[in-house]
Amino acid sequence: MSFLRYFRSQKRNSASVAKERLQIIVARERAQRDGPDYLPAMREEILEVIRKYIPVDQDAVHMEVESEGDCEVLELNVTLPERGSDRAANRS
Amino acid sequence: MSKIVVVTSGKGGVGKTTTSAAFAAGLAKRGFRTVVVDFDVGLRNLDLIMGCERRVVYDFVNVINGDANLNQALIKDKRLDNLCILPASQTRDKDALTQEGVEKVLDELRESFDYVVCDSPAGIERGAMLAAYYCDEAVVVTNPEVSSVRDSDRMLGLLASKTRRAERGEEPIREHLLLTRYSPQRVDKGEMLSVDDVREILAIELLGVIPESQAVLQASNAGVPVVLEESTDAGQAYDDAVARFLGEEREHRFLVEKRGFLGRLFGG
Repeated sequence: MSFLRYFRSQKRNSASVAKERLQIIVARERAQRDGPDYLPAMREEILEVIRKYIPVDQDAVHMEVESEGDCEVLELNVTLPERGSDRAANRS
Repeated sequence: MSKIVVVTSGKGGVGKTTTSAAFAAGLAKRGFRTVVVDFDVGLRNLDLIMGCERRVVYDFVNVINGDANLNQALIKDKRLDNLCILPASQTRDKDALTQEGVEKVLDELRESFDYVVCDSPAGIERGAMLAAYYCDEAVVVTNPEVSSVRDSDRMLGLLASKTRRAERGEEPIREHLLLTRYSPQRVDKGEMLSVDDVREILAIELLGVIPESQAVLQASNAGVPVVLEESTDAGQAYDDAVARFLGEEREHRFLVEKRGFLGRLFGG
């Protein structure tokens, strides 16, 4: 609208940052909300088991429950660290 | 058939009580027998916003406990004769509202009113859940700001699962988004989430946008529901929202800032 804006810094405005952050957190919370109550606890336990063998980050495990018709599918995604990193340390 | 409408948000300070007062007065102005019920036990404020704080004798909890009957506790509005207020109790006992008690009072109100507007307390504790439990429709009051939008989404999740309609598997509650404290100037500068941003995230029907306005504070100072201040922007925006709620088609006003040609060219 204002042509003067073109001469100002091209820094991303805070509203679009807010929108992006909200979209991510709201989507995550919705995925948890529709799932059963035990999901966060189960996620933590699975994470612990994986960590016994592989050093993974706190947010390396993604869990979602999806309903397809009559059946519910528990989808589990684990992002493993890059090959070589920390492996040696973990083996000791 | 009478309807129970909850005004809720999750987050505090976004304008639930202002909206409850304006909404109830707007419905009453259109001829509907309306009662507005303050569910905020311990923090009674609807009476102040409605300007009837000195006429409170009995309250919601007194009625539940049988210390007073409904007619003794209901306060008739002095401006609109089909509008009543049921004030909250100032007790510090947070368990004063019981599920059966609330159901009994709401059932009784349904008999003599077309609309029962429930002003929810902030949060998602007992009081807020009781205010929402029996509702048919919900007005979710949201500010264009990250924490408010997130809390509204949380509240929408609870409305979809923890209300009587949800538990009984009945027709879902109708959810309406009311965006308050909206500043088109700041949206234009990229400093504030736009109405479309919020709509996209929450994905519910937009009932109205209330502009950030001096009129809201002035009306609350005077104890007048802002919808009755018909010459003000916020008053007109609430009036539009009530009209849309009742099924009228109204264009959204106050979404763009009022600026002259030079302002548009050089401002922003």
